[in-house]
Amino acid sequence: MGMNDTNDLRKKNGLMHPSVDKVLVIEGTHAASHAVRLAKVQVIAAYPITPQTGVVEKLSEIVSHRELNAKFIKVESEHSAMACCIGASISGARAFTATSSQGLALMHELLHWAAGSRLPIVMVNVNRAMAPPWSIYVDHNDSLSQRDTGWIQFYAESNQEVLDTVLQAYKIAETVSLPIMINLDAFVLSHTSEPVAIPKQEVVDEFLPERKALFKVDPAEPHAFGALIGPEAYMEMRYKLFQAMEDAREVIRRVDSEYSEKFGRSYGGLVEEYCMEDAEIVLMTSATAVSTARIAVDELRSLGFPVGLMKVRAFRPFPVDEIRELAQRVHKIGVMDRNISFGATGMIYQETKAVLYNASVRPKLFGFIAGLGGRDITPETIKDIYSYLLNHDAPESETIWVGLKSGQEVRPEGGNASSAAFGQNENV
Amino acid sequence: MGQIKYQLPPEEILSPGHFACPGCGGTLTMRYVLKALGRKTVVVIPACCWSVIDGPVPYSAAGVPVFHTAFEAAASTASGIKAGLEMQGDHETTVVAIAGDGGTFDIGFQALSGAAERNEDFIYVCYDNEAYMNTGIQRSSATPFGAWTTTTPTDSPKAEKKKDIVQVLAAHHIPYLATASVAYPDDMIAKIQKAKEIRGLRFVHVFSPCPPGWKFEPEDSIKISRMAIESRVFPLLEIYDGNDYRLTHEPAGSPVRDYLKMQGRFRHLKEADIDVIQKNVDEEWEGLKGKLAYSMKVHKSNNSVRSQDKEVSLAKAQSRKGIKRNVR
Repeated sequence: MGMNDTNDLRKKNGLMHPSVDKVLVIEGTHAASHAVRLAKVQVIAAYPITPQTGVVEKLSEIVSHRELNAKFIKVESEHSAMACCIGASISGARAFTATSSQGLALMHELLHWAAGSRLPIVMVNVNRAMAPPWSIYVDHNDSLSQRDTGWIQFYAESNQEVLDTVLQAYKIAETVSLPIMINLDAFVLSHTSEPVAIPKQEVVDEFLPERKALFKVDPAEPHAFGALIGPEAYMEMRYKLFQAMEDAREVIRRVDSEYSEKFGRSYGGLVEEYCMEDAEIVLMTSATAVSTARIAVDELRSLGFPVGLMKVRAFRPFPVDEIRELAQRVHKIGVMDRNISFGATGMIYQETKAVLYNASVRPKLFGFIAGLGGRDITPETIKDIYSYLLNHDAPESETIWVGLKSGQEVRPEGGNASSAAFGQNENV
Repeated sequence: MGQIKYQLPPEEILSPGHFACPGCGGTLTMRYVLKALGRKTVVVIPACCWSVIDGPVPYSAAGVPVFHTAFEAAASTASGIKAGLEMQGDHETTVVAIAGDGGTFDIGFQALSGAAERNEDFIYVCYDNEAYMNTGIQRSSATPFGAWTTTTPTDSPKAEKKKDIVQVLAAHHIPYLATASVAYPDDMIAKIQKAKEIRGLRFVHVFSPCPPGWKFEPEDSIKISRMAIESRVFPLLEIYDGNDYRLTHEPAGSPVRDYLKMQGRFRHLKEADIDVIQKNVDEEWEGLKGKLAYSMKVHKSNNSVRSQDKEVSLAKAQSRKGIKRNVR
């Protein structure tokens, strides 16, 4: 790659934008920590869990070096981490925590509490498979299991997107009074170094001014928050929460374009499209698998296949309009889920189906399960999926497991099963 | 008889019209805590009787901001509120978590232990009515030996002793720990006011009678509280830095039997059971006397309240935190 190519790439990735202070080659966890510093978070509360630890270690350093004026409460559990964030946020301060997997599950009750209290807390969750059996590797069941708690959920594709999304998240959260979870893939992002543009503080300050809490615990104006409520008003409060999530769609799009103007990087809002002009067959997926899919798409396009890609960046609110619009343009949609809802299907597939049921145009929909517990998703995996989509008029089963090994092939090491192996159930 | 011999802060911050049962110790606790702390206070309430007592939306009896939090999250939520206020430059407002025994001894204990170990800067008041009263009188680890509850019926009453939360918290070396009773409001208010002036985690354990849960008439609430103190079932203490013990009221040493006999929850007890309880109380009293004597010897002081209490405790709290704090 020549000097000019490198510069083009740097320009394309927004590394040469005037808003850039410096470019650091850092892991995803540290990208999150730098974003917290730039967002001038006032209270951090966190508990260590692999592979999130880089976030809290870097933040400990940042706070102790006084690069950020914040209180960092090193709590005794994730449950307390979220409770501290709730307390800090209801006091009017900007709050942050980070966790993963089991830690997120332990927070479950308080995720409801944060959203129900309408607090703009921002959390980074490093996606890690749920035990048992113990796994520290990526899949998305941890965060997707929290889909009904009232949190906005983003899935990041790169370390740069982690940093950028944390900054966007505070602005969105404080606009719609909802908490936001930014998810990044264990190890693939959390422990992998990439060049990340660190924006200038003054540009961030312009984009994200100090939080002005709409309500807080204030002795000068005493109110009770979260008190007992009867059937006469609970439902209306839930409707308001629902409506805030609906409003968030437009806010997410607006904040992303505002971010693009200031920092030169955009992620399309709720979804991002790749090679969609004249595409007939599209794959929807999320997080780092999108990068891998881009490579597969490039290759298939060069061979003349009409394939495209849609990255699901926001899972909550779900990109309903974007998917219905997509349906009008393509013949087949494949959804690759790095998660499984037992007794149903992959969750993005499930929701996509639900969105399309009442749509005027309904292309054939295929649901693939891949990459659970850190199983590699390679360009070959994705090409196999496109190949399945090209060669089938309809799915042979409701969930199609990709790269599933047979009993004999499942071994602790090696066991390089044929990537074309598709597991199927009878429930077409 | 009938003469009030002490002066309480006159302002009533807690409004009438709350949802408490008559004779509720937890409500008197809130009333005295607010009198002692004043209006520049934020209250955190986990699931407990006070989740109901304060009133339904949009009412609130407390007169100060109240944040209702999850059952096990009083101490962690209070930690966050205090940190958030400090970061916004508010060093004046007192944050107080007010929780029942279930939210303190049981489900909220982990968060409390964590906050105590970190020496978070708020006051934690436990109004201890010795069972899960809000859910209908189920045993907690604060329920005393021999007591009836709906989950420890009379043919198998609670077989275990009450958890000694005071000793457990003392082992966290918090700067200030006190026990208090609604029957001795002057003592209680003095302790809360003292706690207000100390930085770090301050824990106040309030003996808090419950007429429907303990099965006695509401008008006997104060009398029963007094008997608990005078029989040495619940001594009135202060503990500084987890090791310096003070007795703030010398109990008369009246028979535990008289205290037990007033309550329906102990009606099934045989004489032999009462003897066991008396023996337990005597043993614990002897143990406490030992600690008081040791404190007198080591800390070279008497049982009266020292004028230097605040400063000593502060200095220790600061040195433990390793941070120089602004003392107002």
